[in-house]
Parts: sequence; structure tokens; C-alpha cells
Amino acid sequence: MTPYPTIDLSINTDLVREILVRFIRTEITRAGFQRAVVGVSGGVDSALVCFLAAEALGPENVLAVRMPYRTSSPESLEHAALVIEATGVQHLTIDITPMVDGYLEHYAPDASRLRRGNVMARSRMIVLYDQSAAFRGLVVGTGNKTEILLGYSTLYGDAAYAINPIGDLYKTQVWQLAAAVGVPEVIVQKAPSADLWVGQTDEDELGFSYRLADQILYLLVDERYRVEEVIEMGFPADVVQAIMERVRRNHYKRIMPPIAKLSHRTVGYDFLYLRDWGT
Amino acid sequence: MPPTLALVQFQPRLGDLHANLERHLDWIRRARSQGADVVVFPELSLTGYILQDLVPVVARRPRREDPIFGPLLEASRTVDVVVGFVEEDQRSRFFNSAAYLSQGQVVHVHRKVYLPTYGMFDEGRFFAWGDHVAAFDTRFGRFGLLICEDFWHVSPPYLLWLDGADVMIFPMASPGRGIVPAAPKLSTARWVEAVVQAYAGLFTVFTAFVNRTGFEDGIHFWGGSAIYGPDGSLLAQAPYSQEALLLQELDLRALHRARARLPLLRDERTALFQRELARILERRELPKAPPRF
Repeated sequence: MTPYPTIDLSINTDLVREILVRFIRTEITRAGFQRAVVGVSGGVDSALVCFLAAEALGPENVLAVRMPYRTSSPESLEHAALVIEATGVQHLTIDITPMVDGYLEHYAPDASRLRRGNVMARSRMIVLYDQSAAFRGLVVGTGNKTEILLGYSTLYGDAAYAINPIGDLYKTQVWQLAAAVGVPEVIVQKAPSADLWVGQTDEDELGFSYRLADQILYLLVDERYRVEEVIEMGFPADVVQAIMERVRRNHYKRIMPPIAKLSHRTVGYDFLYLRDWGT
Repeated sequence: MPPTLALVQFQPRLGDLHANLERHLDWIRRARSQGADVVVFPELSLTGYILQDLVPVVARRPRREDPIFGPLLEASRTVDVVVGFVEEDQRSRFFNSAAYLSQGQVVHVHRKVYLPTYGMFDEGRFFAWGDHVAAFDTRFGRFGLLICEDFWHVSPPYLLWLDGADVMIFPMASPGRGIVPAAPKLSTARWVEAVVQAYAGLFTVFTAFVNRTGFEDGIHFWGGSAIYGPDGSLLAQAPYSQEALLLQELDLRALHRARARLPLLRDERTALFQRELARILERRELPKAPPRF
């Protein structure tokens, strides 16, 4: 028994699936495209996005790109292959080792694990954006709400995309929806990992489980509880505070960088249009 | 012949008046060919919803000389039309408005009186606040128009009721929200349906909401436009999230039946309401002796 109540975050998967499929189809076609490019890592987030994109656009209009580095787990590559097989999407495998090592070995041989991981994530972004130009599609993002709120992503790396269908779903909701749309169980069940170094898991690195984090985030963000109230409910104080601090500290990853205002009309402040302007 | 109401739910092009005019004329033709007498479009149907700095660019005056309203007024010669648009007044204030067009004339314009400016909404930043709520006469009886947030406040529908509206039409652009707890529909859909249905039953009138579909950036509009009868029953509903034309004959004799059974309108104590409201607004003490009716 946990000392805190369980917040049920489960969703109506049919309802959410229909909205997200329509979102992908509408937002890609109105921008003048028919096709999507997804970096498929073997994890549950990109698997779900690949399934949704295939349903929205037809598998022939989706390009799944596997981008292993030499230290990537072979299991990740296999799981990505399961996704490609199950959805029937087009696919490419591009080894990012030469581009990553080409930089790191020459210019940053002593780079920390974190720096190396960021170079990998940004190399994958370069590949995806370039392949999207060749494929004439848009890059569809795979970051979920938990990750976005915690800032557990690389700016201009995996956080770079044209549209994101799953960014308002917590990780636990991603698991539920992924199972419902047919993502292979082995992918839904495994421990989440960015696979940026051997043996890395998200939950070890974050210091708390997604199930716990999602409930706390839901209360703080969606339900606007105060930090003290969530702690009073029995959620561990250190985790609640660490989560709130992460959310605050990483806000820069969620907004456009500030532009120094000088004129009467400045991009970002008083030059306000949706991305869908005119479409 | 009872009038047939047609609700059109679709996705306008954001900020593209001419493209949206063509789509309106197309829907009007389709609705007319299926026997519609009144064709109703959603909130800001001629412009799209999240306009921000496009508001002054797409603003119009609803008159014959206007190249957007000219063809719509022409189309209204054979079928009445309700459109949503940005209205610019003589002194260049911009309103979120809906116009009822009939027989080539502008019969009524409602300017949204409640501009949501909280959470994801920012209308108060871009629009001026409307200042009137009034029912109006049509070829088919007395109607009322309110736009979206207007009906989340009880007073505008109540005023329309007292002003004689027997058919209340609510164009809207409702962004879908609320997936927890898991339910058959979005919580916004559940709420809108409950409220609009409740007004039909409480006021013994016809109510209809027409909600757009499609997306603007990540915002999803859920459609599901519906019509309720004066006994509070659901008469017809369009599908969620997809473009649709919903037609429903309004048997206006149902007003007689509903009010014979349930005389809520007859018994409404408007003088009591007026007196108490005046007291509350003036923060007066309760009178010593109970007043007579």
C-alpha cells in the first residue's frame, strides 16, 4: 500500500486515438504535405506515434527512421523493427556513429555522458530533418507530456519537430494508448530508456517512477494543486519538490527564446499569429 | 410547413475570408437543396477562431456593398443564413459577431457579450465587448442568438427568453478538452450538451448549438452540433469531429404542448426577479416587511 491515493489517469483510448489521427492528418495536409517522418527508437513513444501516423496518412506515406549509435542497445533496433513490421511503414536505418564520433573524437574526446547524449540526439535531429526534405514529409515529434514538463529531452534534439500528437499525454497514458492501438507488448512493457548510454533507464536517471511522477504532475499542472497540498495528500515531499523544481528550471525548453524588445512590434510578444495562419 | 433548421459544422480557413465565403455559399446551396429554411454556421465561421492579430485584417461591416456580405445577402433571398464574423463598427471597434440574414436583409446582429479571457482563451485582448442581448423576429418566429461563452452565463439566455425568443441558436467554436477521467466523450462536449439541453427544458424553447470542427494548430474543435426541443429532448445531433450538415424540422407546435404541460414561462416572476436583482446590486438590506408581488 502506498501512503498516497492513486490518481486514475486512464483515458478513453478510442476517443483520444480518433482525435490524434485527425490531428496528424489535418495539420500535415493543411501545411501542403501528405507524408510524415518519425524517428523510431524502439521505445513506446515513437512506436505509438508511428502507429498513429500510419493510420492517419497510410503506411506508404510514413517514413520510420532508425538511427542507432555504436553503443545503442541491439534490442532497441529489434524493437524498432517490430514497429516497422507491424505498421508496414517505409523505413530507413542510418548509423549516426560516423557523424557523432566525427565530431566527438576530434573536438570533444573528454565530453561527459550528458554532452555525448545531447550530440547524439541533435545528430538524429539533423538526419530526420534532412530525410524529411528528401521524403517531402514533416517530422512528427514523439515527446510525451511527462517528458516535456520535466524537461527530460534535448533542446533542438528530440525536442525538435513540426507537430507532436502525444505531447499532452502523460507517460502512463501513452502506455495505455500504445497497448490499445496495437504496439507490441514487449515495447509497452519494457523499462523506458533514452538509450544514450549502456544500461540507462529514465526512471533511474530521474530518481522517481513515471507512475508516481504522472500523478504528481497531473495534480500540480492539470488540477492546479499547490505543492503543499500534494505533499499533504501523502505524496513523498522530496519527489514533489524535485518535480516542481524540474518543471520550473526547464521551462526554457518549452518556449521560444526571448528576443530583446526594441520596436513597437516584436516577434513573440505582439506579433501574434497561429502557425496555421492562412490555411 | 414547419421550418427546417440546418446546422453546418466545418473547418474554416484561418484568416481567409474569400475561401470561406465560397465554402459558405457551397454549404448554403447544399442545405437549400435538402430543404433547409435556415442555415446556421459556427462562431467566426467566415474567419476561423484563433485570429489574434488577424482580427483587424478580417473585420467587416455586414452590408450589401461589402464583397463578402454582398453574396451572402444575395444567398439569403431563398434561405435564411446565420454567419459568424469579425464586425468593425463605425469607430473601428472589433466585435465577435453573428448575423441573421434573410430576404437580402440583415435582420439582426449579435455582438458577443462575454469574451473568454482566461486559460487558453484570449478574446478580451482582441475584441470589444458587445452590449446588447435581444430577441428578434424572423419569418419563422422569434429567435435569439448567443455566441459560445455567452451561454455559459445564465443571464443572456434568460434575457432572450423574457424577450420572447422561442428558438435560441448558439454558434460556437468549442475547443475539445478533458480526457480524465475516462468517459465516452470529452468533458467539454458533455458540459455543452448538458447546458444547452437544460436551457431547452428550463425555458421550454428550441435550442441549438452549432460547433465547428477541425484544428487550429493543436486545438481540436469537436463538432457534435445538436438541436433540442421545448420538452428538453434531443431532436438531432451531428457526429463528433467531422464536417457535417445536420437538418431538423422544427415542429413549432411543440411549444404549445410543452407550455401546456409545464407553464414555466407563465409562472416566471419577472417583477420579483427585477426587485431582488436591484436590491442585490444596490447591496440593500432585506426589507423589514415581506413585499407583495
